Formats: sequence, structure tokens, C-alpha cells
Amino acid sequence: MFYREAGDFNTTYAEDQQTFPIKFDRYRYYLVLFIAIVVVPFTVNDYWVNSIFMPFLIYAIAAIGLNILVGYCGQVSLGTGGFMAVGAYACYKLMTAFPEVSMFIHVLLAGGITAMVGVLFGLPSLRIKGFYLAVATLAAQFFLVWLFNRFPWFYNYSASGQISAPERDTFGITITGPNTEAWAAYAFCLVFTIFSAYVARNLTRGSVGRKWMAIRDMDIAAEIIGVNPLRAKLTAFAVSSFFIGISGALFFSIYLGAVEVGEAFGIQKSFLVLFMIIIGGLGSIFGSFAGAAFLVLLPVALKVVGVDILGWPTDIVAHLQLVIVGLLIIVFLIAEPHGIAQLWRVAKERLRLWPFPH
Amino acid sequence: MPEQLAYTIEVFLNGLMAGVLYALVALGFVLIYKASGIFNYAQGVMALFAAMTLVGIQNGQVPFAHLINAIFGTDVHGFGWSVHSFVAILLTVVVMIGLAWAVQRFVFRHLVGQEPIILFMATIGLAYFLEGVADLMWGSELKSLDVCAAQGVCLPQGMNSWIDETTFNLFGYGFFIDNLDIVASIVAAILVIGLVMFAQYTKQGRAMRAVADDHQAALSVGVSLNFIWILVWSLAGFVALVAGIMWGAKSGVQFSLSLIALKALPVLMLGGFTSIPGAIVGGLIIGVGEKLFEFLIGAPFLGGATENWFAYMLALLFLVFRPQGLFGERIIERV
Repeated sequence: MFYREAGDFNTTYAEDQQTFPIKFDRYRYYLVLFIAIVVVPFTVNDYWVNSIFMPFLIYAIAAIGLNILVGYCGQVSLGTGGFMAVGAYACYKLMTAFPEVSMFIHVLLAGGITAMVGVLFGLPSLRIKGFYLAVATLAAQFFLVWLFNRFPWFYNYSASGQISAPERDTFGITITGPNTEAWAAYAFCLVFTIFSAYVARNLTRGSVGRKWMAIRDMDIAAEIIGVNPLRAKLTAFAVSSFFIGISGALFFSIYLGAVEVGEAFGIQKSFLVLFMIIIGGLGSIFGSFAGAAFLVLLPVALKVVGVDILGWPTDIVAHLQLVIVGLLIIVFLIAEPHGIAQLWRVAKERLRLWPFPH
Repeated sequence: MPEQLAYTIEVFLNGLMAGVLYALVALGFVLIYKASGIFNYAQGVMALFAAMTLVGIQNGQVPFAHLINAIFGTDVHGFGWSVHSFVAILLTVVVMIGLAWAVQRFVFRHLVGQEPIILFMATIGLAYFLEGVADLMWGSELKSLDVCAAQGVCLPQGMNSWIDETTFNLFGYGFFIDNLDIVASIVAAILVIGLVMFAQYTKQGRAMRAVADDHQAALSVGVSLNFIWILVWSLAGFVALVAGIMWGAKSGVQFSLSLIALKALPVLMLGGFTSIPGAIVGGLIIGVGEKLFEFLIGAPFLGGATENWFAYMLALLFLVFRPQGLFGERIIERV
């Protein structure tokens, strides 16, 4: 009744090509942005920011990054944890080397450094395809974690081998360290999430994104019609790693504050982000958000139900969580291989005809 | 004989033994991949699950005891008996066959014809599911695994003193080689020979190879795909059980056991996903390579623990020059 394009006339090309061509979608998008920017920062408390909003925003960036590589360009990567670690350590080194520079610049630079590392590990993708590539990216995962563990230069020779974020500010507001206000950390992450989603959305519907998708669908055919596989694959690796690096930098500096590399950026993290984009939907920006929200909320919800309401021991709830996540992945792959994003698309198709489907 | 050379040979032999264990895990991957095109990430967790089930049955634990206690407030732990190893192994094999049936019936039957990458991700989901179930069923604490054929005749532990003495008399330096590794190598060799014989000379084995070659052609001459897939998953479950026993006896049954799957991946890349000899040769190369690298370069110059990544880097470099692995079928791509 509300959701339809009838009466929505586009009179310029710009209007015709906008991201949300249907008015209802557009207003919903503005509403979400309004709530996220104006309402949430003034109403949240520490618990909500630390256990829900921040992990959601940060994982959403990582999921967008991985989705560009896996969902849009078809290069399966299991090295996400390693690339997040690059972002985190780059951010740490920059923060400690240049204390007076704004955190915005540090995080962006950390993303840039990760992009370069990503291109380096993306080079074999020109020769290696499919599973072989997935396993090859594990080399990045294990090598990078080992590197940050073994060479004390990376953690500034600290005795514990951990890196911990010193207090830094941007525009005079403290955003890292123990004295951070919840809303400041939230707002800082939000800026990067919106930035990433905006850039990713517009890249993927432009010529770069079309090249990625051509490579994904069949790389030889794409090569024949004039897509340069070297450039397409390496730009996908670079952009993807850039976002993953940003998320790693935020994960370390804003969210956790102190990080032990094997624990925070191990192979489990790679799988977690991969699950997010599978459950959310491969090749969809909305899917990255949906998947991140789902897998961030699921443990919280299970904990509330299992531990707080039913009073079960935490280890049983943790094991149950494994079972449920595993089952969900299988169920999603069988019932809806394109994830939550596809469910949403189907729902929208239905809504356009509602309440008179014929 | 100079000391350094003796050390190197010892490291080489130990690498060979470790390689055999890698090959054992890789074998399970190859079996399933050849027959169904599924790259089974859950193989490592299957080994963990099999080993935990074996220990649980041996000790007479009540399955899901923790969960039952948490829900009903009861306090059950064990049946109070212990089962002979041989019977326990048989029961575990039955459990693994049941698991193979369930996996085929409830998961992969619904995913026939999907892209390989979707199947791969389904096995990652399966790995998580199985890991959670195994922990819920038998508890997640570290367990020790002892397999005894009879009273006092168990899987051997510790170093082999005979080799130690003999080599000491010959070279003036005693080689340290684990008894368990020797047994594992022998078992792995028997297993490989058995599998090859099964594939070559039995009716089911022939059907299995037919399915591996061409699904539709096999269907048209009356091979039941469903049966073959259950058979292959059962075989992989059995291989997982053997690998689980060997690794479990070596370092205890715990979560890290499932990580051997990650160790088997570079082995597969090196040997090719479709080749049984490839899995074995690849396993040996990786085992020897990573031990020698750690000994000669990693520990003295790079600060150690290079075993974590060396296998992947080796496989990666290798693949750049030969993308289908050592023995893999040539990749032909058409538009």
C-alpha cells in the first residue's frame, strides 16, 4: 500500500540512477540515518555501546570489505583475521609514533597499509583459483599472526606482547583509552561505517563493481570481453583489505583497547566474518549489515536467555551457540543460499503488490 | 658422523613421521572430494568427534550429561562401567556411519547441484555444529586416550629405546623417535593399502570410482549415488577415527585436535585434491619440510614457531608454478 513506485516520477538522470529509486526506501534510509546519528548517541549507555552497537558497526565494516572480495569478485578469502591484525598493528604503530595526529587520519592510513598488504597476498589469485585460493589465503592468516607475535618491534617491545591503545583524541574529544565516553566511541565508529557503506555501494554499482562481478561470474569470459583480470582482482583485494584494515584498527583501538594478536585476530575471526556475509547474503551491502547484526546479536540473545533466564552454566550456553550457528549456516545454505538480503528482496517484491497480489 | 648432520637426519625422520599423520587426515579429504566434489572442512572436527566418542564410550560416560543436569537439575555422570577398547572402537565406527547417513540425508541431499563453494561453506557450518555437539555430549575438558588391545597391551608411548641404542652404537648419537609415531606410520600404511585395494578390487570400490569419474554416467549404469555418498562419508569417518586415535593418544583429546584439518589443507594443495598418492607424498613433503625449515632456518634466525605458517607458504609458492598441485588433474577451463 505504501511501498510502490507508482507516482514516483524521475525527471533527471541523477534521480533515475540514485541508490534508492523508490521513495519509501529513500525515506526509510533517511530515518535509519537520522536515528543512528541524532537519536542513538544521546540515549545510549555503556552496556549498549560496548556489547551491541560497537561490535555491530565494526563487524559491518569488515563484512562489507569481505563481501566485496567474496560476494562481488568471487575470490574466497580466509585471511580476514590476518588483515584485521594488520590494520590494528598499523594503527597502533601510527598512534604511538605520531601522538598529535588525529585518529581519523591514523585509521585511514591503517586501512591504506592493509590495502597494500592485501594486494601483496592477492597476487597469487591470478594463478590460483577456487579452493586452492581459499587455502592460500590461510597462508596470509597464519603468517601475519605469527609475524606480529614474533617481532617485538610491532608491539613496541612491551613485556606482555600485547598492544594497548594509548589515550588519543580527535577534535578535542577523547576516543581511545579508558576515559572514553560511550557516545564518542559510537560516533567515531559510525562515521567510518557510513563512509564504508557509501563508498562500497557506489563502487559496486559503477564500472569497477561491474568488472568485479564479471570476474566472479566467469573470469575467462570476462577477460575475453576486455576486463583486465589483474586490475580487477587486485583492486578487489585492495578495496576489500582497506575496509578490513579500518575495521581491524577500530576493533583494536576503540572497541577492545588492548589486544593479543592470536586471540583477537585468529582464524576464528576469519570464519566469523565469512559467516556474516553468508548468512547476510553474498554480493549485497545490506546483507553485510544484516549478517553482522545477526551474528552480533545472537550470542547476546543466547546469553540473556540461557544464562540470565534459564540459569544454565556459561560453558553449555557457549557450546549451544556453536551448535546453533552451525545449524543456521546449513539451514540458510539449504533454504536461502542468498541469505537475509534475499529474504528482504522477496519481502519487498511481495510488499509492492500488497494488499492486492493479483 | 658430524653432530649437525645427525641432528638433521633425526629431524628429517621425525618430519617423515609427522607427515604420515598429516597424510592420514588429508586422505579423508581426498576420499570425499573425489566422490562428491565436496571439500569437507569438517574432517578435522570429525576426527575430534570420533576420538571424543571413543573416550566417552570407553569410560562409560552418559551422553549430554552436562546438558541433562543443567535442564533437569539431576546429577548424572557415568554409567559406572568401562568398555573394552575393541568394542568401543566398533561402537564408534557405528556412530560414525550413523553420522555419515545423517549428514547425507539432512544436509547434502538438499544441496545437490549447488556450487562447490556453497558446499564448502556448508561443511564449515557442519564443523561448528559437530564441535558444539561433541562438547555438549562428552564435555570439553582435556581427556587422555588409551587404546588397549588387552590388559597391558596398549598403544606405546615414549621414545623407542631400540632405535636409540642401535643408532647410538652405529653413529655415536641416539636418534629420538616416538614409538607412537612408528605405530601411526604402520597403521597409516595399512590403511592406505586397504583403501586402494578396496577401491580397485571390490564392487563398491569400483562403483565409488565410477561416481568419482562421472556422476551421470554412474547413475545410468545403475550405481546408487546416495549409497556411494553414504559409503564415502563413512569411510572418511573411519579415517577420521584412526587419525583421531593417533593424534588423541599423542597429545590428548581436546579442541585443538580439530585444528589438524588446517594442517591437512596445505598437504592437499600440494598433492592435488583428487589424488590419494598425492595426499601421501604431499603429507611427507610438508612434514619433512616444516620440521627441517624450523630446525635449520626458523629456530636459529626467525625466532621459532614457523611451523604455523611454513606449510601454507610452501604450498602457496608451489601452486604459483603448478596450480593443480603435484598429482592433481590438469585444470581445463572453457567459456
